Amino acid sequence: MSQFLPEVLQAYIPNTIQLIYLVATGFFIVGIRRLGSPATARSGNQLAATGMLIGIVVTMFDREIVSFELIIAGIIIGALLGAIAAKKVKMTAMPEMVAVFNGFGGGASALVAWGEFARVDPALIPADGLVTTGLSILIGSITFTGSFIAFGKLKGFIGGGRIALPGQNIINLVLTFVALWLVGWFTIAPEYQLVFWSLFGLALLIGVFTVLPIGGADMPVVISLLNSYSGIAASMAGFVLGNNLLIISGALVGAAGLILTNIMCKAMNRTLPNVLFGAFGGSDDAAQTGATDDNSIQQTFADDAAIQCAYAKKVVVTPGYGLAVAQAQHVLKEVANLLEERGVTVKYGIHPVAGRMPGHMNVLLAEADVPYDQLYDMDQINPEFASTDVVLIIGANDVVNPAAKTTPGSPIYGMPILNVDEAKRTIVFKRSMSTGYAGIENDLFYSDKNQMFFGDAKKSLQELATAIKDLD
Amino acid sequence: MEDLIFNLFIFVLASFVGFELISKVPPTLHTPLMSGANAISGITLIGALIIAGGSESIYAQWIGFAAIIFATINVVGGFMVTDRMLEMFRKKEDEK
Repeated sequence: MSQFLPEVLQAYIPNTIQLIYLVATGFFIVGIRRLGSPATARSGNQLAATGMLIGIVVTMFDREIVSFELIIAGIIIGALLGAIAAKKVKMTAMPEMVAVFNGFGGGASALVAWGEFARVDPALIPADGLVTTGLSILIGSITFTGSFIAFGKLKGFIGGGRIALPGQNIINLVLTFVALWLVGWFTIAPEYQLVFWSLFGLALLIGVFTVLPIGGADMPVVISLLNSYSGIAASMAGFVLGNNLLIISGALVGAAGLILTNIMCKAMNRTLPNVLFGAFGGSDDAAQTGATDDNSIQQTFADDAAIQCAYAKKVVVTPGYGLAVAQAQHVLKEVANLLEERGVTVKYGIHPVAGRMPGHMNVLLAEADVPYDQLYDMDQINPEFASTDVVLIIGANDVVNPAAKTTPGSPIYGMPILNVDEAKRTIVFKRSMSTGYAGIENDLFYSDKNQMFFGDAKKSLQELATAIKDLD
Repeated sequence: MEDLIFNLFIFVLASFVGFELISKVPPTLHTPLMSGANAISGITLIGALIIAGGSESIYAQWIGFAAIIFATINVVGGFMVTDRMLEMFRKKEDEK
């Protein structure tokens, strides 16, 4: 669009673009910063979006850009598809939505590098440009196929457990080395089309092979890692084009994604190599340990549970993904309101991995208008259980299993849990006595402080709400 | 080669900023943060614009076109869905 500007201004365009890029970078940094606190998060996201808009608009004035038909068409198509997906997606399907968006981002970076390679005579590209082109294609393509495999696993199109060739880890390692060697070869001899295409194809394959063996429960960590990759891919594309905004924003996301991945791993009591290279995380290899059959359970029903809750001082709710599956968040909120009207303190204790990805349960409860200052992280709520009268455990199992503290042989041993067993009374809302994701028995159910409230979470909570109302 | 070194400086310094920015995020926000950061990685759209609008080769233009569609899905979808999530986060006082 630079040709529409008066000639006197023409000379200033390149520097002005760079300066405005600097402003956009500032928007991204402050935006990510503000995303870190609930009170400012929304404005942070909007700031980042504004930074993006500034970056896009100012790029249109780049003198390299001479035709706009494809740009306008591409943006309209992409924006429509993205907007429809973002509006339609259910909050419970958030992990796969992020995976898809991430896949497109990584794919775009690979395409940008390919486009640069296609538009310039390879012999004219300096060696450093070729290295980064190769890396951009490598990382972008891995992100692309990896994200879509992750999507397929989360959606259930592809089996959730381990799908792997024998010696998959070694195969992957070898393939990665071959890919890096191809990047080197491509740098020296860019004129060989075969090297370029082998690199491209191999990178796509590595994406499939690295994600396919990872269990469904670990997908959020994988997506977070792939998110970091897509940042690095964007940064590499920036190296290719000599564009600072791309380099900086990509690096920010790459680093932030890595930290976030690490935080998530810690919350799940896993290490990153452990997630990537196997062991637990599938659904097929969990051991049976813990309780025996001769233990007896106590059952409870709506009327009794209502009395216990209504006359309690403090009630803590610990929700799990079962709550969201039953779509019971709104009824839960109603129960909480009724209790609060009676002067009971109600808090929500959220385990970091409650839901399908870290922080997912908070989003699901926010959707049901639960204010975030009632939501407590594990570290905040754990000291409070000793002074809690009733804990309502709804659709959660492994995250309240004391075996994580007491049974060294258990697959979940060492995982931080919510210490609900310290409370005076726990009530578990559950369909049956079946095990949780880890496939292990839960001793908590057999504790003499615990009662089981069997049934669909939504129906049980509705009964409970009615029973509380009837108390007066 | 000088460009590469200079760009490497920028890359490394920006990475350190990224590390510092994220260190203290409560688990409450992990999902929106991941999705917001993911939207920012769609910045590669800017590169796509240059490829699609600034190439002589028709072949490169179409690659750029595909890159624009991909990146725009990432950017628009990512920011919108993050906003949808964060819109629902409310404090108790402003519940009404």
